[in-house]
Amino acid sequence: MTQAITSTRFRDNTRRALEDAQLQKALTRAEVGFIGRRAGAVAKLPEYDALRDESRDIKDHALAHLDLYLERYEERVTESGGQVHWAATPEEARAAVLEICKRLKAKTVTKGKSMIGEEIGINDFLEENGITPIETDLGEYIIQLRREAPSHIIAPAVHLTKEQIEADFRRVHTKLSAGRNLDEPTALLAEARAILREKFFAADVGITGANFLVAETGSSVLVTNEGNGDLTQTLPKALIVLASIEKVVPTLEDATTLLRVLGRTATGAEMAAYTTFATGPRRPEDPDGPGEYHVVILDNGRSSMLGGALREMLRCIRCGACMNHCPVYQAVGGHAYGWVYAGPMGAVLDPVFVGIENAKHLPNASTFCGRCEEVCPVRIPLPKLMRHWREREFERHLSPAPVRWGLGIWAAFAKRPRLYRFATGIAVGALSLLGWRGRFRFLPLARGWTKFRDFPAPEGSTFQAQWQREQRRRKHEGKP
Amino acid sequence: MSSRDLVLGSIRRSLGVNGREAPRKTTVEDRIVRHPRGLIPARAQKPPTERMKVFKDQVEGISGTVQQLGSADEVPAAVSAYLRSKNLPMRVRRGDDARLQQIPWDSEKTLEVSTGRSDGKQLAAVSYAFGGAAESGTLVLLSGPDNPTTLNFLPDHHLVIIDAKDVAGDYETVWDRLRKKFGEGKMPRAVNWITGPSRSGDIEQKTLLGAHGPRSLHVLIVGKP
Repeated sequence: MTQAITSTRFRDNTRRALEDAQLQKALTRAEVGFIGRRAGAVAKLPEYDALRDESRDIKDHALAHLDLYLERYEERVTESGGQVHWAATPEEARAAVLEICKRLKAKTVTKGKSMIGEEIGINDFLEENGITPIETDLGEYIIQLRREAPSHIIAPAVHLTKEQIEADFRRVHTKLSAGRNLDEPTALLAEARAILREKFFAADVGITGANFLVAETGSSVLVTNEGNGDLTQTLPKALIVLASIEKVVPTLEDATTLLRVLGRTATGAEMAAYTTFATGPRRPEDPDGPGEYHVVILDNGRSSMLGGALREMLRCIRCGACMNHCPVYQAVGGHAYGWVYAGPMGAVLDPVFVGIENAKHLPNASTFCGRCEEVCPVRIPLPKLMRHWREREFERHLSPAPVRWGLGIWAAFAKRPRLYRFATGIAVGALSLLGWRGRFRFLPLARGWTKFRDFPAPEGSTFQAQWQREQRRRKHEGKP
Repeated sequence: MSSRDLVLGSIRRSLGVNGREAPRKTTVEDRIVRHPRGLIPARAQKPPTERMKVFKDQVEGISGTVQQLGSADEVPAAVSAYLRSKNLPMRVRRGDDARLQQIPWDSEKTLEVSTGRSDGKQLAAVSYAFGGAAESGTLVLLSGPDNPTTLNFLPDHHLVIIDAKDVAGDYETVWDRLRKKFGEGKMPRAVNWITGPSRSGDIEQKTLLGAHGPRSLHVLIVGKP
């Protein structure tokens, strides 16, 4: 029911991605853009790293008291005339949304970008029930025309080139003149703006996500640059905010500290164009705003994560920096990951939601270079959490047989230091003799490597042997 | 068992708590009542004259424009001049803000000023900001009849007046003013932080202005800090 899982075909997905010239062009552009802009914004704020520590601590504090802050948040929402709908599962979240839409006899629904919406597959579900969902974020609108899923959590159409978007607009916007000039990105933007303007006014219900929920005031916080989120939450009869339990923070000050970090890490902006704190429905004296205000709070396994090894992942504020800086994501893009969340954060999260047996490749799609952890605004130890999944895979015999056997053989040696030293000494000696000009163009058991590049032949002795020699030398010379 | 109880129960099992522990409740209550500030960047703590420069530089850095006026009486002429410079019809829409009502709009004979929300047909709107934060050039606007939210997002051109004294260094100062006005824990329906005109980077990562909201944002700072 939720988005189809193709994570099981990760290997094929990556091969196709690597051969896709358009995608590679788009990914190269994204990599340079995202990394450069974030670095620029960080350099301009000397307090940035200290703010990251505070952001981590705020989220840790909120998670440690999550039950109480959620109760407090709900109280405040109710006081302001809004309604909280609790959903343990995606099914319950979808049912809550549909119930509201049906009661209001909604025909069309405008949508601000929401990853929870992707997680629960709300668009397909609404369509099956005769309600038309219209994505209004430019990137989301484009991929909806293509019937694709977002390939990035904050830049959903980052995998596309301008030419591809132009072709889609010409294919779908058939009422417009075929001879119109769409060479410039501004022309594409203007066309989407004009078409979506009408949709905003016609929509019965608006659905958005939330970046934070504030327990102090019962507000949902939405950060956007285009203004589509605000038209979505202002114009329709009812607003439905899709959020998950870990979005709640204690106070406006806490949300503010996190906002200081969010724009910079996500897009390199000091602050996004629009940050809106929405609290309840239209007040009696208000000339505008939605008549109803609903928040659907989704659990979907997060409450269990809170008690386990993946708890730190719940600090995530969905900025996308880990994927922007990941060499694997940069090479294959988001679709290859095969489910809603991509990159390092997806490699940790997707197995929670779809089962490790369906997403077993993702935690392995990492070189453990550590850049994701280095840039994470809330300091999530992503490599450690991916390693957690690799260990579960090994335990559950989900790793491929050669890997398990190889590790078993290695472990048998590693547990016997003398035998290990002896065997590695022989192996290194033999390999250095057999290598041709210091390289192997072909090596049994390592064909996955040598098929694409040479394997360097070892030079000299093993690390352990060198270490021991060095220790002896230092002892001899009387150095510590 | 309701979904609510199911979710809260599962959270409590994971945390190893029952939700009735007095120290935890006190911690939460205390944090909400005291709402302690986090680290405020040095950039947000400058004296008034420098603060105004930071504010201006930040607004201009994100493609907004800024004009300083001696008093609110100069607003109508500034609005007219702006509309002329953009080749726009001499019409603006505004809300019922008392400060907007006091402005001598009649001083500009050709300027047509209407009040109320936007239905999408207005090209230019004038709002009065509740406050601003210099550190990012952010304007803070509140929903309600004084300054309808639709005026912030539907017209192509958004002109925002702000009293110089209301430009704070940081966002936290604005929150405290808001608490004074509405009471602790209370908010108007919408608090809009506006930082520059509407923009999108969704096509090949190029920043384009005027995605769904205003294509341009013009800030009129009134008086001295």
